[in-house]
Amino acid sequence: MLQIKNIHASVNNKEILKGINLAIKAGEVHAIMGPNGAGKSTLSSVVAGNENFEVSQGNIVLDGEELTELSADQRAHKGVFVSFQYPVEIPGVSTTNFIKTAVSEKRKALGLPELAAKDFLKMLREKAALLQMDQKFLSRSLNEGFSGGEKKRNEIFQMAMLEPKLAILDETDSGLDIDALKVVANGVNALKSKDNAVLVITHYQRLLDYIVPDFVHVLHDGKIIKSGGKELALELEEKGYDWLIK
Amino acid sequence: MDNNDIKIAFDAFIKQHAPDVLTAKRKEAFETFTTKGFPTKKIENWKYTSLKAVLKPNYATVNTVSDNTLEQVEALLAAKSETYKLVFVNGVFQEQLSDITEEINVFSNVLKASNTEINQYFDTISDSSEAMVNLNTAFASSGAFITLANNKILAKPIELLFFAKAETPVFLQARNLIRVGENTHANIIEKHINLGEAIVLTNAVTELFAAASSHVQYTKLQNDSLLSNLVDNTSVSQQKDSIVTVNTFSFGGKFTRNNLTFHQYGSHCDSVLNGLSILDGKQFVDNHTLVNHNVPDCESHELYNAIYDEKSTGVFNGKVIVKQAAQKTNAYQQNKNILLSDTSNVYAKPQLEIFADDVKCSHGCTIGQLDDKVLFYMKQRGIPKAKAKALLFYAFANENVKAVKIPALRNEITHIIASKLDVTFDLEV
Repeated sequence: MLQIKNIHASVNNKEILKGINLAIKAGEVHAIMGPNGAGKSTLSSVVAGNENFEVSQGNIVLDGEELTELSADQRAHKGVFVSFQYPVEIPGVSTTNFIKTAVSEKRKALGLPELAAKDFLKMLREKAALLQMDQKFLSRSLNEGFSGGEKKRNEIFQMAMLEPKLAILDETDSGLDIDALKVVANGVNALKSKDNAVLVITHYQRLLDYIVPDFVHVLHDGKIIKSGGKELALELEEKGYDWLIK
Repeated sequence: MDNNDIKIAFDAFIKQHAPDVLTAKRKEAFETFTTKGFPTKKIENWKYTSLKAVLKPNYATVNTVSDNTLEQVEALLAAKSETYKLVFVNGVFQEQLSDITEEINVFSNVLKASNTEINQYFDTISDSSEAMVNLNTAFASSGAFITLANNKILAKPIELLFFAKAETPVFLQARNLIRVGENTHANIIEKHINLGEAIVLTNAVTELFAAASSHVQYTKLQNDSLLSNLVDNTSVSQQKDSIVTVNTFSFGGKFTRNNLTFHQYGSHCDSVLNGLSILDGKQFVDNHTLVNHNVPDCESHELYNAIYDEKSTGVFNGKVIVKQAAQKTNAYQQNKNILLSDTSNVYAKPQLEIFADDVKCSHGCTIGQLDDKVLFYMKQRGIPKAKAKALLFYAFANENVKAVKIPALRNEITHIIASKLDVTFDLEV
């Protein structure tokens, strides 16, 4: 489904990604782990199409379509979703109005008819229930005054509403207590299907107890230095990264 | 228009109106104005604001109203009835289009017979150091004269509608004196609407007295045509436990100068100053605000937001004075400006003068563009840049709009904002 081929990317003329290769098939869950500063979040920004990052080499292909030249919103319409490490607050725009705009823009781009108001509301309620989200959060300004856990839950809720092909969870576990972590992970698992894929970016193995990966990759200094099965995450938890980096 | 034109106009005015209860006051005020003349950039408070271009046309100060104009106004009013209206056209009160009551009256009805309220309240809190106020006092005869009794909750908002329609430039002086009784709740809306093709200059003065425990929301919806110029001086006096909000929405007009002054005279008052300007073209808006904290245990909350595009210019001067007696004051001021073009300008000046030591005062002023991080987040969710901007503008403006208590007015304002920014909100407010 997703092919990342020899991606080199820099920010402010500093090269962060130095040739990343990664292939993810539909139905799979991949995890990217690595120490601070390895380039994990840069990878998610580059796939999402953040213009602050300059891609000097390589391609990103989703279901046979070249994404590399597309803007972030066009990539989103093709099915890329990023759950951000630090979701922004937008005072004055309710979560409902925000997600309604996002859903209708995506449908417009895909040539689908506008969702009827009652179908939208039905979907909104179902997905909120899936994430055990209090309805009153939906009418509040997006993320304004939300706790860290509530913000992350809201990210997964938006993911549920947008039904992406590829979901990138960037440090979704940071700032979550164990109960919130379970709710978020259950949400992600419920959304998983044979037609979509998940890329989990994380520091710690903890999240991977709940969202179990098929493959684990270790990112260091802008390159993937080791790949393995889910047992690699456990090994890293036990031994740290030093034995790989040396 | 120069001082000599004004002198001729004043003499004609006195001839027509004298004697009335204000004659002596008028002459005195006119003397003062003559000594000062129109404000120039040499005066500190007018440093960034020039009246030169505004005063250039040859204004008439007296105007008549045609039947066609009245029909046009009547048609405009027919659709809306959810307010008590006071309707003026070219400065002339239109009783048949208005909802006059014992409490909701107009100046022209109270000037002939001796009136203790005028003696007691008229021109007592307006800023007499302002030449434009002196000038208005000299000509004061057109505007609202409202005295609301104690312990009332007004069923509908009061709407002050100042229409203008003329063939040649016209200079109008609007004067409002509004008293809100103890424990009474009232909403007031003020609009100036130029229906004609000629330039209009309106010099408005409002004095608002809020008695103890009263709640007043006064909304100025400034969305006039680009042929219109407005100088507004509004002064508010608050007694204990009163809450007064003045909303100033500036979207239209070529030139707008708002002077807004609050005087707190009783403890536990709350003064709310809420302003939003959205400008483009060569529009100019200057907001000068002043909050006088004279007594202890009061609050003031000030939020002025603005979006400037093309060659528009804005001025914000927010002064807060906390007198020595005003201990335990909480005064908050915020001024946020978004510049959308390289050719727009804003002059922002927060000013705090604090003479008490046990107070909480804050002020913040930002000038910037839309936040890139937020735009990226929205694009990642599939919202294209133009739409994302529309949502962010909406969010920015809504900080001010949400303070408006009347739903119909809130809707009206939201629609104006959407068309002004050329976006569709298709959102509920």
